[in-house]
Amino acid sequence: MNPFSSGTRLRDMIRAIRACKTAAEERAVVRKECAAIRAAISENDQDYRHRNLAKLMFIHMLGYPTHFGQMECLKLIASADFPEKRIGYLGLMLLLDERQEVLMLVTNSLKQDLNHSNQFIVGLALCALGNICSAEMARDLAPEVERLLQSRDPNIKKKAALCSIRIIRKVPDLAENFMGPAAGLLKEKHHGVLIAGVQLCTDLCKASTEALQYLRKNCTDGSIRILRDVSNSPYAPEYDISGITDPFLHIRVLKLMRMLGQGDADASEYMNDILAQVATKTESNKNAGNAILYECVETIMGIEATSGLRVLAINILGRFLSNRDNNIRYVALNMLMKAFTVDPQAVQRHRSTILECVKDSDASIRKRALELVYLLVNETNVQPLTKELIDYLEVSEQEFKEDLTAKICSIIEKYSPDKLWYIDQMLKVLSEAGNYVKDDVWHALIVVVSNASDLQGYTVRSLYRALQSSPEQESLVRVAVWCIGEYGEMLVNNVGVLDGEGPITVTESDAVDVVEAALRHHSSDITTRAMSLISLLKLSSRFPPTTERIREIITHEKSSLLLELQQRSIEFHAIIQKHQNIKSSLLERMPVLDESTYVRKKVGSSDAAFSADKTGQRVSSGTPVSIPNGVAKQQAAPLVDLLDLSSDDVPVASSSATDFLNDLLGVDLPSQSSSGVVSTGTTDLLMDLLSIGTSPAQNDLLSPDNHTSSVATSGKIPSVSSPPSVKGVALETKSPHASGPSPVLDLLDGLSDMSFSAENPTFPSITAFQSNSLKITFTFTKQPGKPQVTQIKASFTNMSSNTYTDFLFQAAVPKFVQLHLDPASSNILPASGNGSITQTLSVTNTQLGQKALAMRIRIAYKVNNQDMLEQGQVNNFPQGL
Amino acid sequence: MIRFILLQNRQGKTRLAKYYVPLEESEKHKVEYEVHRLVVNRDPKFTNFVEFRTHKVIYRRYAGLFFSLCVDITDNELAYLECIHLFVEILDHFFSNVCELDLVFNFHKVYLILDEFILAGELQETSKRAIIERMGELEKQE
Repeated sequence: MNPFSSGTRLRDMIRAIRACKTAAEERAVVRKECAAIRAAISENDQDYRHRNLAKLMFIHMLGYPTHFGQMECLKLIASADFPEKRIGYLGLMLLLDERQEVLMLVTNSLKQDLNHSNQFIVGLALCALGNICSAEMARDLAPEVERLLQSRDPNIKKKAALCSIRIIRKVPDLAENFMGPAAGLLKEKHHGVLIAGVQLCTDLCKASTEALQYLRKNCTDGSIRILRDVSNSPYAPEYDISGITDPFLHIRVLKLMRMLGQGDADASEYMNDILAQVATKTESNKNAGNAILYECVETIMGIEATSGLRVLAINILGRFLSNRDNNIRYVALNMLMKAFTVDPQAVQRHRSTILECVKDSDASIRKRALELVYLLVNETNVQPLTKELIDYLEVSEQEFKEDLTAKICSIIEKYSPDKLWYIDQMLKVLSEAGNYVKDDVWHALIVVVSNASDLQGYTVRSLYRALQSSPEQESLVRVAVWCIGEYGEMLVNNVGVLDGEGPITVTESDAVDVVEAALRHHSSDITTRAMSLISLLKLSSRFPPTTERIREIITHEKSSLLLELQQRSIEFHAIIQKHQNIKSSLLERMPVLDESTYVRKKVGSSDAAFSADKTGQRVSSGTPVSIPNGVAKQQAAPLVDLLDLSSDDVPVASSSATDFLNDLLGVDLPSQSSSGVVSTGTTDLLMDLLSIGTSPAQNDLLSPDNHTSSVATSGKIPSVSSPPSVKGVALETKSPHASGPSPVLDLLDGLSDMSFSAENPTFPSITAFQSNSLKITFTFTKQPGKPQVTQIKASFTNMSSNTYTDFLFQAAVPKFVQLHLDPASSNILPASGNGSITQTLSVTNTQLGQKALAMRIRIAYKVNNQDMLEQGQVNNFPQGL
Repeated sequence: MIRFILLQNRQGKTRLAKYYVPLEESEKHKVEYEVHRLVVNRDPKFTNFVEFRTHKVIYRRYAGLFFSLCVDITDNELAYLECIHLFVEILDHFFSNVCELDLVFNFHKVYLILDEFILAGELQETSKRAIIERMGELEKQE
């Protein structure tokens, strides 16, 4: 019985589904059908199995789940009937794919069907195998397919050839088995077999070099002959497409010739004639002809063709480019990209046409053309090309602006002939599409401006003008605000006027106006506002008469809901109110930013650590880290905050006065450490300076990032010493702990130690920790005049028979205790008590006499590269510590 | 290589979907939705090629039906465009003046024709007549 003859229920179901007016109705119908099919499946109904499966396929196409029908496919495939098998295989291809386990069950049926006497059944099996075979099936069934390649039936042959393609794509190792039969297929006359054979050869070339060499030797002549025959063949109605015989075969064989001729002068030599013939004789008024020409050009570009042939190919592309059909123009642009590596000059000739394509209304064409223009730019044509692109930026569609802006910026950065041109172009881009400019691009601009002292006046005036017309472009606003803050007096006093620059009169209050507008503008984000705030602070020093007004603006921001802005406003307000004497040196112009550092940073900007210590890195560019000296202790906190404000990687002021100590000592701190320096405040810095060589971790000594206890860590594990985030830092600076005096005292202690070593009280040593494998003893010393401070010498002994490596001791103390760990004497602990590690801890008990010392400890080490961890609590400290 | 073939109407209903690369069901639905969105509103004057993820969709519209082929980025776009047309001609011949309803009610036959035309993501037969004859022979087997 034919399941699809009219009146059967498949048709009815489709009708019922089509009659549904709403999605809910459709779901109801489908649910009902699925229920019926499930019931039939569970009853193992055989009569309607194929019809049910056909229905399931339709339901599947509508997007409903149909996995419960998968086993039905296998049952149908196993049946002896052709119609049932046919539906079974169809279902197999639609409802399953190569990843399903069920598919393994079908391998045996496939094997039987591949060996079936009925050629139609063999065809079905080949088709299914070709469409869904997995690597395992490919291995299992490759011999059958290989045998079928020798079949006399062309229908089997072509299917077997395509099936082989799938097999070698899944298992490239099998390529060698197929080279011989594949080469044989090229001698066939049947177009279907030929096209499948040619494709098989092409895939073999990709899959294995051995096959490539074999086919180059045995098939180069064959492929040339196929191309010659098909292109010279008289009118063949069966294969004719708009006057050309079988363009598909043309294209496949041209592709194969490209594989064979690539990098092989001899094979290419043979191909020259026929390629020239195809390139000149093919009609180009229909799509089919153009498809052949396109493939032919690609082959000419791909092989070692003669220069004459290459000129011919480039000319075809030129013709394509001026074609009115968008499809043809698209492929021309695509191919010119490839041609550029072969003959850049020839491609350059079409520059103006390509540039027009950038402005096409079709996004596909624009995208290709833009890629191509980007390739075409060089030192000589960068100026006119950039002008064209920027002009177009004004009128381009919104969704294209991002791509276009990125490319223009990249071109400007790469090829700018001088700084003035660079700045001019960047300002144009910022004014047109500032919202699409990436952060690193405008950061780079600021670095350049900072380095071009003769152009700073011009730049700040241009920015001021641009800001009047495009106040909505975020990154323009940022750059402008920064420059006005830095070079405000050049704006007002017209310093460094260039030839041809229009006159402009800006008063001090005008300058403050624009920055205030940026601060208040509704579209400004927190970064822009923060930058505006700094800029205002700087202007208060540049333009003393406006100080009062700026103070008011800043006062207003003190009530900002954004914590960052609020905090800065309070700090800046304090600077203006209370620290007039140091304000001018604090707000001096930024030191010149070092371009090479910036470039390096840009390269490494993908590092994860980058976001954490932006500030430190940025400040360290140009001048070494600005470390406030001890004298400037009071002012240092706001300064540190100033540096912190650059939460979005903005270069900010650093007081040059504070650099000298650093310069003097010539300390070259690693950037990680420098960020720690910035974070924890003045006293630490001093300590850090003097204790060069200790690990950066100790900078965290005073940063109370733990609510219950302050944790100190020593050792050389970098992860422990990672600096806190910028935000966290800002808060810490405020906290009273940060100004704790202990490190300074420690330092002084070191000095006083020598003179007052006599009257030390003594304490008994204790065993602080003991386990089967590890023993820790503490010995105590007190320093005279400092009853709160105890030096603990910890000594670690390994009781086991294995050496410990990467030994790390950590300790935590209650809040009222401050702890300082010196580096350990070693991180390797020999086995069986054969030596020990010592480490000095300095403990300050701020509530001496009221509360006793307590400590929680943790020891991490490796035994035979296995991580081990031990922890414990030390409660047996002697009285009086 | 052809990664998948989609036949969708203007409302985005899938009339035929053939995948030559394995994809999750959910991914297939997503792909069908995205491809429809890409092609349905394009200006007829625009190219028939749209870049889709890391591949390219070659599509052609016949009345209310969109035929879309997803192919490798390096494949010959013009050839696949011609390929779509050949497929449509075959359908037209087979159903004598094909319309969307033919494809809905005889979806399984459309799949069978496709299996004679394209296999393993590659072109199998370029002769319209050969495919129609083959279909006739297969019908006779039933």
